[in-house]
Amino acid sequence: MKPKKEFDYFDRPETIKKLWVLLYATCALTVVLELFMHKHPHFGFDGFFAFHAILGFVACAVLILFSKAIGLVLKVKEDYYDK
Amino acid sequence: MTSNFPPAALLILGALLVPFFKGKARNWYVIFLPAAAFYVVSQLDMGSSWQVHFFGFDLTFLRVDKLSKVFGYIFTLNAFAAFVYAFYLKDNTQHMAALFYIGSALGVVFAGDLVSLYFFWEVMAVASTFLILARKTKKAQAAGMRYVLVHIFGGLCLLAGLVLYITHTGSVAFNTITDRNWGTYLILIGFLINAAAPPIHAWLPDAYPEATVAGGVILSAYTTKTAVYTLIRGFPGWEILIVIGCIMTIYGIIYALLENDMRRILAYSIINQVGFMVTGVGIGTMMSLNGAAAHAFCHIIYKALLWMSAGSVLYMTGKSKCTELGGLYKTMPWTLIFGGVGALAISAVPWTSGFTSKSLIIDGAVHQHMVWVWLVLEIASAGVFLHAGIKFPYFVFFAKDKGLRPGETNMGMLLAMGFMAFLCIFIGCYPKPLYQILPYPVHYQAYTYNHVVSQMQLLMLSALVFFLFLKLLKRTDTISIDTDWFYRMGGRLFYWVIDKSLNGINAVCDRVFVGGLAPALGRLSRHAPEILTLGVMLPLWSAAGAKGRALERKVEKTRAALATGSAPVGISAAVATIFLMVVFLLM
Repeated sequence: MKPKKEFDYFDRPETIKKLWVLLYATCALTVVLELFMHKHPHFGFDGFFAFHAILGFVACAVLILFSKAIGLVLKVKEDYYDK
Repeated sequence: MTSNFPPAALLILGALLVPFFKGKARNWYVIFLPAAAFYVVSQLDMGSSWQVHFFGFDLTFLRVDKLSKVFGYIFTLNAFAAFVYAFYLKDNTQHMAALFYIGSALGVVFAGDLVSLYFFWEVMAVASTFLILARKTKKAQAAGMRYVLVHIFGGLCLLAGLVLYITHTGSVAFNTITDRNWGTYLILIGFLINAAAPPIHAWLPDAYPEATVAGGVILSAYTTKTAVYTLIRGFPGWEILIVIGCIMTIYGIIYALLENDMRRILAYSIINQVGFMVTGVGIGTMMSLNGAAAHAFCHIIYKALLWMSAGSVLYMTGKSKCTELGGLYKTMPWTLIFGGVGALAISAVPWTSGFTSKSLIIDGAVHQHMVWVWLVLEIASAGVFLHAGIKFPYFVFFAKDKGLRPGETNMGMLLAMGFMAFLCIFIGCYPKPLYQILPYPVHYQAYTYNHVVSQMQLLMLSALVFFLFLKLLKRTDTISIDTDWFYRMGGRLFYWVIDKSLNGINAVCDRVFVGGLAPALGRLSRHAPEILTLGVMLPLWSAAGAKGRALERKVEKTRAALATGSAPVGISAAVATIFLMVVFLLM
């Protein structure tokens, strides 16, 4: 009997491609859905179109870049404290 | 009244009986205890009971109101799930330590006075340490020691504050604290140390990841959330808490992004999440205090779930570093699915529990027109999805297949995770029961079209950034320096400074006095007779006409005579006489 083939769906390049498309499509969809909103912004600037999308994108990009930069100083070898 | 039995006593007394049970009966017994305690909590009548007069203090061991009850529910519920998770465990130490720890956490929550609160507070610190030490590795021993030392320091701050506060007010009752003086600030510091507020927060990511598999699950819930309870009770509306809370939310994200160990990522994520609660307490309106309590409730469930899934991976593979893990979706699909639900819940994805509780805090800030607080909390919400929502599951279960084929974990762990995952989704879809047990009446609708769409925008774009920046997020085999550096390396730094300064002086002294001056003096004293004698004799001999070879011989003879101490007695006597005469004349 042949051994059961391992489930490796998420390793396949075509799956990864599909997931990318899905990710972009979902992002676009959330922005499109904003068109059907009756907005009542509390602070004014939060009524800007796709405000939360922009905020999410910029905030995460800045967080990643900042942690990358600060990591240059803060990251040390595993045995740092054992020396 | 029979129904009013302190749930803390049930667990603490129950812990003492653990050694009398053998085998699986013991595991069933420790699952039964928190289940019974949950029932006891549900039956408690509002009001104070179990009051004792002790050394002039009126102690209240059972003060029941909606706030203490909501924490009582979640503490016992989580304990139940944690012991189901730990069904594989055959370790009395861990079972007993966990029961003492959870029991004293309940003791704090139901304590009506500051003295008994302090007592349970300290028992918590000691009992929890055993959950770290039980890992029995060298690293765990060291981390456990540091952990308990920090908590002793925190306990001392609290004690000093309590002494000042009680002498000032003359009452030990624990209610909202409005005075602002040294005493109340020390109490606040004591509470904040347990809430893992920077700069004294590093004990958490230092120690929790070194705990045992089940220990980590239990630790993740109680110490920080007991502190959140005490803040809600004692310090609502203290503005400083808004600042501290906002710092915590961002701080946790930055470090979680840097970390490589999956359980350390989750530990930093606790700091981030507790930051939301602390901010809610600082805002101090009914809505935001409800939010803090609700978020503590939901957080305990999904954070325990995340620790459970990380624990299963550690239990099955023996590894916890992202650099050594990956591709586990093939062999641990259920752990992935349950852990994934936890990851979605912590990220406050609509229809999970986090969405229904975090919104209360964020909208609480909006209602108070706090634009900066709102903005920080929104940014932090996006960051949560980044580090806990995607990073943890991605690097552990997907990313690069490291060839690990551990197989699915045991049934106890799966059942516990399934139970917690169910609660995450249940509260997300049907938050009404949670809202009903909150301290204040809730008039809030989390599910509006606008709210759901803007939250999805925030989260999906965060996800997009994660995968676009994936190269920058590549894991490295490193740890990150945090404020524990000061007490881990501070000792060494002190040693180095003392070594270089004092030993430096020592070395200079050695070179100057021992190596230079003393031999010079020695040489001088040894050669003094020769120098003096030759100094006098050489001009005399020259005057007497001694020259060349003859003179040299005279000098050699004198040297030999002085070196061997065999100078003729007459000459010595003459020299001595001359010397005495010179001295006499000079005087």
